[in-house]
Amino acid sequence: MYSGCFEGGLVMGDPKRISFKCHRIAGGFGKGDVLISQDHICFYQTNPDTGMVIEQNHALEGQSIANKVLIFPGGKGSTVVQGEGLFQLIKKGNAPKAMIIKSPDTVLVTCAVVWKIPLVDQVDEEFYGKVCDNRYIEVDADKGLITLTDNTL
Amino acid sequence: MLSGDLGPGIAKAMEIQLAIGEAFGAERMVEITRAHEAFYASESCTWFLELFADLNARCRVPTTCNPIFDDSYFDRMGKPIPKEDVFYARRTREARKKIGIIPNECCTPYLQDNVPAKGEIIAFSESNATCYANSICGARSHRESANSALAAAVTGRVPLYGLLLKENRAGDILIKIDANLKDDFDYHLLGYTLGKEVGADIPIFTEMSSCPPSPEELISLGAELATSGTISMYHIVGLTPEAPDVETALNGKAPKKRMTVTESMLRKTQTAMSCESGEIDFVMFGCPHYTLNQIRDAARLLEGKKISKDVDLWILTSAATKECAEHAGYLQVINKAGGHIISATCSDQICWERLYRGKVGITDSPKAAYYNFPRGIKFVLRRRRECIQAALKGGW
Repeated sequence: MYSGCFEGGLVMGDPKRISFKCHRIAGGFGKGDVLISQDHICFYQTNPDTGMVIEQNHALEGQSIANKVLIFPGGKGSTVVQGEGLFQLIKKGNAPKAMIIKSPDTVLVTCAVVWKIPLVDQVDEEFYGKVCDNRYIEVDADKGLITLTDNTL
Repeated sequence: MLSGDLGPGIAKAMEIQLAIGEAFGAERMVEITRAHEAFYASESCTWFLELFADLNARCRVPTTCNPIFDDSYFDRMGKPIPKEDVFYARRTREARKKIGIIPNECCTPYLQDNVPAKGEIIAFSESNATCYANSICGARSHRESANSALAAAVTGRVPLYGLLLKENRAGDILIKIDANLKDDFDYHLLGYTLGKEVGADIPIFTEMSSCPPSPEELISLGAELATSGTISMYHIVGLTPEAPDVETALNGKAPKKRMTVTESMLRKTQTAMSCESGEIDFVMFGCPHYTLNQIRDAARLLEGKKISKDVDLWILTSAATKECAEHAGYLQVINKAGGHIISATCSDQICWERLYRGKVGITDSPKAAYYNFPRGIKFVLRRRRECIQAALKGGW
C-alpha cells in the first residue's frame, strides 16, 4: 500500500537529509527534536506547565514533550480528558510541534485538526529503524513528507 | 459543506470529519439520524462548544448530552461546590443551548430521550451509550469522542468505516459464563472482568444465564466492558438483534478464541477494586444513571429506615426518571430515609472530588470506582442491598 521510504531514499542534493512518505491526518508543518514513546499517550497525564509526563510507569515518565516532534503508537484515555490535557499544554505553549502515530483514534484526530497540530500516520517501518530521540525532524503533513536531518554526519 | 456555503460552523465540523474519515480510510460520508455528546465541565469542553456556538452552528439531527453536575442541588443541600468549578458547568450548558442540544443530561439516552432503532446510523459518544446502542438497539455508531459526536451532530453525517460496516460488527471471542449472575451487580463485575481480557475485540456470549438479562443488567455489562476495555459492541446469542445464532454473530468466521468466566474471577475483580475500610462516608448509585426499577428497589430497601447521620446516599438519574420516582412516591421514601436523588449529575465530575477527596464511598459500579480513584476517593464494591445496609449502619 504505502511505499514508505521516498523513492531513492535520500532527497537529491543533500546527503544529510532523508525523507519518508507519510499519510496526512491533520495538516500543517512542524519541526523540532524527536521524542519517541513506546507507550500510548494520554495528554491529561502531563504537567501543562512543563510538558513533563507524570503518568507512573509510562515510557516517558519524567520527560518533557514540550515542543518536541512526538513519535508514539497513538492516544489513549477517555473521550474527554485527552482533549483537556492537550488543550492545557497548548495554552501553556508546551504542546508537541507535530505528532507521528501508528493507530489513529477520533479524539486525537479531532484535537489535532481543531488545535492545528500536524498529525501523520502510515510511515514505513524503515523510518522507525532510522529515527531516534533528539534527531532533528521536519513534518510536512500537507505534502505527506517527513524529513530527518542527520546531524551526526 | 466544507466550502462554507452552509455556514462556517458546518465547514469547521466537516473539516474535522474529513480528517477522521481520512485517518480511518473512509470512502464517503453517510447521514445520521441522531447524536449524543459527552462534554462536561472543563476548559477544553467549554472552548470546543463555544467555538461552534460562536460560528452559529446548529444540530441538524436530534442531539442529547451527558450529565455534568447540578450545582443548585448541592447548594440547596448545604454542600456548595466552589464557584470556579461551577463556572465551566454553566458555560457548557449555555453553549449547548445555543447549538440546539437537548439538555436531557443523562448518560442512558437510549432508554428514553434518544432511542435508535435497529440499523439506524447514529453518532453516540459516552461509551456505555455507544455500547448499548450498537449491541442492544442494533443501531450503528462509532465509539465517538465528545467532539467528533458534536461535529457529526452539526453536519448530520459521519464518515463510513468501522462499526458502521456489517463485516466489522461480527464477534471475535466466544464467552461462556460459569457463574451465577444474580443481579445487575454481577453484570457490572462480569463486564469489568471481561473488558480487561478482551481489549477491543467483540465478545459473543453463547450462554448467559437461565433467564434473559434485564435492561439494567445489559446497561451494567456494556458500561463496564467499555470502561476496562475499549469494547463498543457485544452479542448475546438468541437475545441481541445481530446474534440469532452463533454462526451469524461470528459472520461465518472462526472465533479468535474461547473464554469461560467463572464466579471466582468475578469475586477477584470485586476484591481488587474494593478498599478495605470498614467505615464509609457515602453511597453512590447511578453509574450509569439508575432506571426507575433500580430506584424502586432502593426505595423498598430504605422504606421506614434511617440512613446513618455520618453517611450521604446519592442516587444519580435523569430528570425524567426523578420526576417519575416522585410521582411513584419512591423519591419521598428515599428522602425520608435521608437519601438523595440527584438529576443532571454524573459520577465522574469535579463535584465529588470537592465533597469526598480522601473519603471512602460504597457503590455497585466498578466504573464509578475506577473514574473516582484519580480524584482521591476510594470505594468499596458491593451489591445494592449491601450498600444500603452499609448506609444504615455507617459501615459494612
